[in-house]
Amino acid sequence: MAKNKLLLSGNEAMGEAAIRAGCFFYAGYPITPQNELTSYMAKRMPQEKRVFIQAESEIAAINMVLGAAVTGKRTMTSSSSPGISLKQEGISYLAGCQLPAVIINVMRGGPGLGNIASSQSDYFQATRGGGHGDYFTPVLAPFSVQEAAELVMLSFDIADYYLTPTIVLADAIIGQMCEPLVLPKKSNFNKKIPPKKWALNWMDKEGKVVKSLFLKEGDLEKHNQRLQKKWQKIKKNEQRSSVYKTDDAKYIAIAYGSQARITLEAIEILRNKGIKIGLFRPISLWPYPVDMLQNITTNVKKIFVIEQSLGQMLEDVRLALPNKQIHFLGRAGGGVPTVSEIVKFIKKFI
Amino acid sequence: MGKNFLHPKSLKKVDTHYCPGCGHGIIHRIIAGIVDELGIREKTIAVTPVGCAVIAYDYWDFNCCEAPHGRGLAVATGIKRCLPQNIVFTYQGDGDLASIGIAETIHAANRAEAISCIFVNNGCYGMTGGQLAPTTLIGQKTITTPFGRDPNKGEGWPLKLTEILASLEGVCFAARTSLAGPKEILNTQTQIKKAFLAQIEKKKFSIVEVLSPCPTVWQKEPTKAIEFIQQEVIKTFPVGIIKEL
Ligand SMILES: Cc1ncc(C[n+]2csc(CCOP(=O)(O)OP(=O)(O)O)c2C)c(N)n1
Repeated sequence: MAKNKLLLSGNEAMGEAAIRAGCFFYAGYPITPQNELTSYMAKRMPQEKRVFIQAESEIAAINMVLGAAVTGKRTMTSSSSPGISLKQEGISYLAGCQLPAVIINVMRGGPGLGNIASSQSDYFQATRGGGHGDYFTPVLAPFSVQEAAELVMLSFDIADYYLTPTIVLADAIIGQMCEPLVLPKKSNFNKKIPPKKWALNWMDKEGKVVKSLFLKEGDLEKHNQRLQKKWQKIKKNEQRSSVYKTDDAKYIAIAYGSQARITLEAIEILRNKGIKIGLFRPISLWPYPVDMLQNITTNVKKIFVIEQSLGQMLEDVRLALPNKQIHFLGRAGGGVPTVSEIVKFIKKFI
Repeated sequence: MGKNFLHPKSLKKVDTHYCPGCGHGIIHRIIAGIVDELGIREKTIAVTPVGCAVIAYDYWDFNCCEAPHGRGLAVATGIKRCLPQNIVFTYQGDGDLASIGIAETIHAANRAEAISCIFVNNGCYGMTGGQLAPTTLIGQKTITTPFGRDPNKGEGWPLKLTEILASLEGVCFAARTSLAGPKEILNTQTQIKKAFLAQIEKKKFSIVEVLSPCPTVWQKEPTKAIEFIQQEVIKTFPVGIIKEL
């Protein structure tokens, strides 16, 4: 293995990437399948003279993160589906207060306690705000350990630039699998992050206030409109996706996260049979990479959406491509569409 | 004594929104005076509650941060761990601190977070119109205990949170005071100052519970509300220093 390559699990890689991105404060609460991330931070943060807290709950963890964000320090929490549900009030406050923070969700099966197998059924929660109020959060979905590290670094920059909580939506397979990776030195974010003048680590002539409460008539509406402008800007600037063999494709499969990895193999098999099919892989789930998807599908006849859910991203594909024939293959509750299932499914429509 | 009558720099010159006879304004004034006196205005950060004092930041003139209902001490933990040289305090009602946020409260205290907690016990949820609080007295009527709080009907007993916290290793100072008269108000000032000094010197958790009148919810004239504290509330919640290391 090359000298600068490390062998880490997705969970550990995301932890190390956060540390290299300058994360100063991490709080988390144990939940499978992301425990390796919390224990990695427990070991590494003190080594770097930074703060690790095992919080008393996910609610406490996200609110500690809110407190850390207020000081202007980079901060992160991680959890898995049920724990992310508990964090939603805090994420809504972060959005309302315009505070940067990174939240990692290593998704597992639901609803309820569900199970600990890989799932992509928190897509709606992640991409539609998730908590109360009119807001969105940028959502990035890695499909390899390498990309998991890169997207965690990127998410800190996006959070700081736009002053927004930012979600890395991984799944249990990505969190658990071990792969060699080269840890990036910095993210590929190309905008200059402004200084955090609003942070409470120093006082102006007058006291500063961080809040999401606007009681005077009309003030909250104005605040929401300001936020809306920000979401529109993010929608325009931060769409990310990757394509594979789409140039001559008559058919396109769409999948993200670990499901994209699995779908890639199915594409190879179908290509070997002479079927002109390619893969579109959204990296940002919010904003959904609509522009790219529309660009590459002008000559495409049929679309296949494949998910570890019973059809959540499917809705964004339908919104982006209202006039296309779209077929859906999904499994939930820890079920993962396999290579042979995907091949069989696609062949039915060709 | 004389400087007690000057307007603290840390208190904005605005009217408050509180009802006549409410204790929040007095406690705000006490805290602002202490922040001035200790010369810590530039490095003080308050975490404000969800409750009647939700806009305390409109009255204090130092850095303030909002917290979701009950999560004040988790937010304060994040702040203090990132800025250990700063003075961090939470200001919380009984619903905020002792009901919805009790897990955050106990665990912040148990971790010995170097934070001061100012706990305003008015025996009710003021902001939402006067419901049962964990601290509501037995027999006391609220809009959700219209026949008076009855432990035998499953409504529980008044929760003595400060005593619970005092039993924890992480707590270096715990006291209960009241606003039921000038002497008591001066004592409140003394104890809150001690809590701030304990944060600085002992670097552990400190709490002052202040028995505070809520004439509106209690449906009493302000003077009668003061008498109610003197005659009734202190029977359940005795004032005094509970722990001082
Ligand atoms: C999650 C959540 N639940 C409920 C509320 C509604 N709420 C606002 S203030 C409050 C109670 C406040 O009572 P207390 O903490 O005793 O403070 P007081 O108003 O008496 O000063 C409640 C229940 C809320 N804002 N958020």
